[in-house]
Amino acid sequence: MKEVAIISGKGGTGKTTVTAALAELWKNKILVDCDVDAANLHLVLKPKVVSSTDFYSGYKAVLNTELCSRCGACRRVCRFEAISADFSIDDLSCTGCGACTLVCPKEAIALHSNLAGKWFISETAQGPMVHAELGIAEDNSGKLVAQIRSVAKELAKEQGCGTILIDGPPGIGCPVISAVSGVDLVLVVTEPTLSGLHDLGRILTLTQSFGIKSLVCINKYDLNPALTDEISKVCSAGDSKLIGKIPFSRSVVQGMVKAHTQDSSLLENLPAELQSKLKDLQAKVAQELAAL
Amino acid sequence: MCAAATKKHPVIAVASGKGGTGKTTFAVNLASALDGQVKYIDADVEEPNGHIFLKPEITQEHTVRVMVPEVDPKLCNGCGECRKVCNFNALIVLKKNVMLFPELCHSCGACLLVCPQKALLEGSRAVGKISMGEAGDISFVEGRLNEGEAKSPPVIKALRRFVSRDRVTIIDVAPGSSCPVIEGVRLSDFVVLVTEPTPFGLHDLVLAVGMVKRLGLPHGVVLNRADLGDKEVERYCAKEGLPVLMQIPFDPQIASLCSQGKLLVPEFPELKSEFLACYDAIQTILAGQSSKGLEQ
Repeated sequence: MKEVAIISGKGGTGKTTVTAALAELWKNKILVDCDVDAANLHLVLKPKVVSSTDFYSGYKAVLNTELCSRCGACRRVCRFEAISADFSIDDLSCTGCGACTLVCPKEAIALHSNLAGKWFISETAQGPMVHAELGIAEDNSGKLVAQIRSVAKELAKEQGCGTILIDGPPGIGCPVISAVSGVDLVLVVTEPTLSGLHDLGRILTLTQSFGIKSLVCINKYDLNPALTDEISKVCSAGDSKLIGKIPFSRSVVQGMVKAHTQDSSLLENLPAELQSKLKDLQAKVAQELAAL
Repeated sequence: MCAAATKKHPVIAVASGKGGTGKTTFAVNLASALDGQVKYIDADVEEPNGHIFLKPEITQEHTVRVMVPEVDPKLCNGCGECRKVCNFNALIVLKKNVMLFPELCHSCGACLLVCPQKALLEGSRAVGKISMGEAGDISFVEGRLNEGEAKSPPVIKALRRFVSRDRVTIIDVAPGSSCPVIEGVRLSDFVVLVTEPTPFGLHDLVLAVGMVKRLGLPHGVVLNRADLGDKEVERYCAKEGLPVLMQIPFDPQIASLCSQGKLLVPEFPELKSEFLACYDAIQTILAGQSSKGLEQ
């Protein structure tokens, strides 16, 4: 079984669109939406949830005001400014480290397990999908990503699926590292903008430092041909393979809206030219993966 | 928060829920439209892009360091108390050797508190940097996470001391609605949520609105590429009573300028006045908030 992660560095480059298209074209695979902060793949694939599981991660400090003598030892030791002058604990700042519980002379503070989100196993028209929702303002998206990837691996084994397709989060931090660590291949979807080029450089530095083979696809490539050339150069210099260029089309947004609102697939809502580009892209990614 | 001060020089965070909606485009062009003493802080430390548009001359750089425990092997007797207390599994103890996994360490200091031998000391390691400079009248500050580092909040927190009220401050925040975004927006008086009229944009806007409501921050919506997609975002805003502060149409010329890292305001005078109108709308909302605060 092999894993491919579709990532982008910069948000909004069309990563989820490309993933949704690959999902339609790829046979015998499990889908994982690892963009747990702002999961979007479900809006196109409309999964039917088969099972839903609470995700607990870390702790939050809870103060028993009856026991508290307001001595302030907890406030002095908290490095996250999570305990205010009136001894209320700010859940958003508390990391659940427990330093406050260690110093409280009255044992007035306890750590409670923190419900950080939910994860789901679902069925879609394109096959099984594992996805999640991180609670608003919750930490630990990296752990939730690791959790859903491990669920996907088990499912893939059970069902004899050859590939796990991962829709990754934007950025280069904790959730992305968690989404790409140990995968066989990443497909970076970028766009010909200076921001796209800048973030592509950062994400390729990351994947190369992890020793992961990377492929690059330029979305909306015709918006700026000069930068498209520049990206091609960055790819060949940095040992990444440019395997696809997809033109800008207003019909992609309309296709997405249609796929979301009507019972139709994304690909069938796209013009023939785009369909063939995406088919070609999928064939190349599958070929590269098979060669590993 | 001082009402009189916020009335004059607000701190405005620009967030988006979803990435790629035009958050940086809005933030840098608002900074440019305000013509004068403005501070722009790039708090999207994983992918800072503001510098591409503002082209600042960087005059100072600081390394952002976080605390990590260091073991004095002469004092450590391998008792393992530090490992037991670490809620992030950042420490292991192998025969008398304490090993730290720095990327898991949250710098909380709990291990330092419990070591009976006082064998743990406060060390530090670099996780990112802050660059400062000037882009014309705009004072520029950028936080940047080192590649391969997982935790961006310490870098964002380090930007706190650059928030001042002596000028309008615009904070460009990371996408999403989790911890890095919270760290970015909690420095502000007002949050602009930039979105696009698509199912994705709407879905992520709802999450972002949940986040700012939880923080109790006044907020409004900017609709980018307003003529692509559908009308669901506008319906949602109307239903929730969210002010739509500005609409930016999709225009290949705008897309092309953005792709080249160029500001829109100098090229499109009518857009400049719309950015200024948007700023006025924010000020009006803030003035309403602070007078409400005075009444209470």
